[in-house]
Amino acid sequence: MIGLVDYGCGNLQSLRNALEALGLTYSVISGPGDLARCEQAILPGVGHFGHAAEHLRRTGLDGAIRRHLDQDRPLLGICLGMQLLFEGSAESPGSAGLGQFPGRFELFGQTGLKVPHMGWNRVRLLPADLWMEAYFVHSYYLPAGRTPPGCTWSGFCAYGVDFLAAFRRGRLAACQFHPEKSGPRGLHFLREVLSWS
Amino acid sequence: MVLKRIIPCLDVKDGRVVKGVHFERLRDGGDPVELAGRYYRDGADELVFLDITAGLERRRTVLPLVERTAREVFIPLTVGGGVRTVADARELLLAGCDKVAVNSAAVRRPGLLADLAGQFGRQCVVLAVDVLPVDGGYRVVVDAGRTVTPLRLEDWLLQAQALGAGEILLTSIATDGARAGYDLASITAAAAHCRVPLIASGGLGTAGHVLEACRAGADAVLAASVFHYGAWTVASLKQFLKNEGLEVRA
Repeated sequence: MIGLVDYGCGNLQSLRNALEALGLTYSVISGPGDLARCEQAILPGVGHFGHAAEHLRRTGLDGAIRRHLDQDRPLLGICLGMQLLFEGSAESPGSAGLGQFPGRFELFGQTGLKVPHMGWNRVRLLPADLWMEAYFVHSYYLPAGRTPPGCTWSGFCAYGVDFLAAFRRGRLAACQFHPEKSGPRGLHFLREVLSWS
Repeated sequence: MVLKRIIPCLDVKDGRVVKGVHFERLRDGGDPVELAGRYYRDGADELVFLDITAGLERRRTVLPLVERTAREVFIPLTVGGGVRTVADARELLLAGCDKVAVNSAAVRRPGLLADLAGQFGRQCVVLAVDVLPVDGGYRVVVDAGRTVTPLRLEDWLLQAQALGAGEILLTSIATDGARAGYDLASITAAAAHCRVPLIASGGLGTAGHVLEACRAGADAVLAASVFHYGAWTVASLKQFLKNEGLEVRA
């Protein structure tokens, strides 16, 4: 069963609908004890980095997620859920993320482009060199150069700067875009990633 | 490079799709969920429901509609019409939409934008602005086209964005439903004051109109009649745009 982590950060309905459309069994979990019973987890999220990090810490979900990963159980981070896997974000300089990877998220802002980066953009998946189109809504990004080493695959997108759009390393995958809002191609991505093959 | 979005709009009344010309002479356009599914499969980048059901019936008809649509359409869904409070917006978001659109209620109480952005994040807050040309400029119109306010388009856009509007949906009543092209002057005027994405609405009749709107500064175009009754499908429109060199989703 997939544990869909509800940490009070955004609406889970879209993701639930997508998992149901894919015929996947999930359970919405909000406490650290619930996560221990899940073979895999999804860390979703739209919202504020600092508030989310604080909520994870206060509820003890941060420790549960680290144990989940230490036991090599699969986890997919989506949007803010991807950002939380790293050290931190300029959105909330005083808040620590889960620190699974080094790197801090930066604000789109020096580019003169509209913020947030909202809408459809193209993602280049490597090493397969495949392109997919995906729906993004975010104001902070990880520069492509800060991609964690040793990824099985990674995806990059450009919005004034090249940034990390998705990656998988070991049993941990993440995407900055919203696969549950990225049409049939997004659902396909979600199914592939969650098969952990 | 963000791709230009094509957004079919479904005006919904009492659970059915309707569409008028210049906001009047409504006619039946079918079942909203069925149409939403068709547009999704056809390559729509996003969908908008504008609920124009009056009074207490509204909640009873629109929420199940949003729930059903969200279960089969996996692109962003915006719902608007009669949203006056944070509680109205929360109901719609929990039913499965991704953004809510506000119009008249925000003009009457601009603080609503700040309340919504504070609760749900500005990416959830779409400001719908209806305009008419008055004295060489554009004035904001509320109450589904019935009340012309003294508010200038440019002033309202700046205020609304400062408060929390995350996206602007601009409809020119003068061109709405006529399928004779977007009101390009209103798009140009709005684009100069938008730091958030701008969706142009009102007047799409043929594919060339999309190119004009994008050149005038629109990030996305919204259309209803042309997809419900017109000669273009979302897919054929996108094919044309791609051939013309516009960056759209395949």
